[in-house]
Amino acid sequence: MRSKLTVFFSLLFVSVITVMLFSCGDEHSVEFDRYYSSGSLIYQTQCQNCHGANGEGLQGLIPPLTDSIYLKNNKNQLACSIKYGLKGKLTIAGRQFEGAMPANDLSPMDLAKVITYVTNSFGNKEGLVNITETQANLNNCK
Amino acid sequence: MKKLLGAVIIVLLCNACKFNSNDKKTLPIYGERHPVTKVVNGQTVVDTDYQTIPPFKYINQYGDSISDKNLAGKIYVADFFFTSCPSICPVMQRNMLTVYNAFKNTNDVKVLSYTIDPKYDSVKVLKKYADKLGISGNMWWLLQGKKDDTYQLAEKSYLVAVSADSTVPGGYVHQGYFVLIDKQKRVRGSYDGTNPQQVAQLIDDIKTLKSDTVSAK
Repeated sequence: MRSKLTVFFSLLFVSVITVMLFSCGDEHSVEFDRYYSSGSLIYQTQCQNCHGANGEGLQGLIPPLTDSIYLKNNKNQLACSIKYGLKGKLTIAGRQFEGAMPANDLSPMDLAKVITYVTNSFGNKEGLVNITETQANLNNCK
Repeated sequence: MKKLLGAVIIVLLCNACKFNSNDKKTLPIYGERHPVTKVVNGQTVVDTDYQTIPPFKYINQYGDSISDKNLAGKIYVADFFFTSCPSICPVMQRNMLTVYNAFKNTNDVKVLSYTIDPKYDSVKVLKKYADKLGISGNMWWLLQGKKDDTYQLAEKSYLVAVSADSTVPGGYVHQGYFVLIDKQKRVRGSYDGTNPQQVAQLIDDIKTLKSDTVSAK
């Protein structure tokens, strides 16, 4: 009788833990999904004309967004680059680009969303970039 | 009775197919037209005078002088752009590249991109832009000329098809239209250069024009 009770309680314990674990996971991915899906809409209206539907860029004129190493190394700079624009020479995917990306004065929330979208599309996998992180990055713009 | 009805339907269906396959596609001719009376072999005949692209003279990305004479007997697509354009130009050029790639090995199709910012877009700037875009040879010309001439040409000649149903006068130069011109310098279509489906239609229509021997007199 006693051992049966122990088994019952340990099963209950395990299932409670499992439910907790899964709900935590869900919580995170719901937040990620929310950022990612509205980020995709922002991308379509603000970025796609130049960078393309698949982040392919345009020949030697506009850099692609498929260079995961560049995006990973410059992850903390992306919010500043989008908000204030970029000028000068860049080496992306082993190719030289020059010219300018126009400034795009998006809100910090929209920046976080579109960065989450870009850094998790086109072969990139950087995970969620939330509003707090983006706000902090914006405070360090050069 | 039912059998008869069935037979009638089958006959109708066959005719419908036949009718469609015989009905060769032709493109509309845009712009103003006037009847003209000519005397041919002592006979008076009435012909139609269509609006055509007037003579022009520009410089291309190689520094060569280009006029309407260089386009005699060519089908071409015209658009308007500037190299420092941050908004719709990149998507237009991406779509125009598909036209370029489809016809770069034929000798009777060309692309003309007129710059609307000739002050900045010098021959040198246009050449650099062409190189970065990955285009070479003489299929696609980037043309520089007087700004006023380009606007005149755009609004009065090329975009006649567009302006007819444009609600924003003057605005369409910047709206990214691709205009299709036939071998007789007539406007045969206009397409939204930012829309890949319409650009696919343009490629189809160029093929139609290429095989159209009836109106190519």
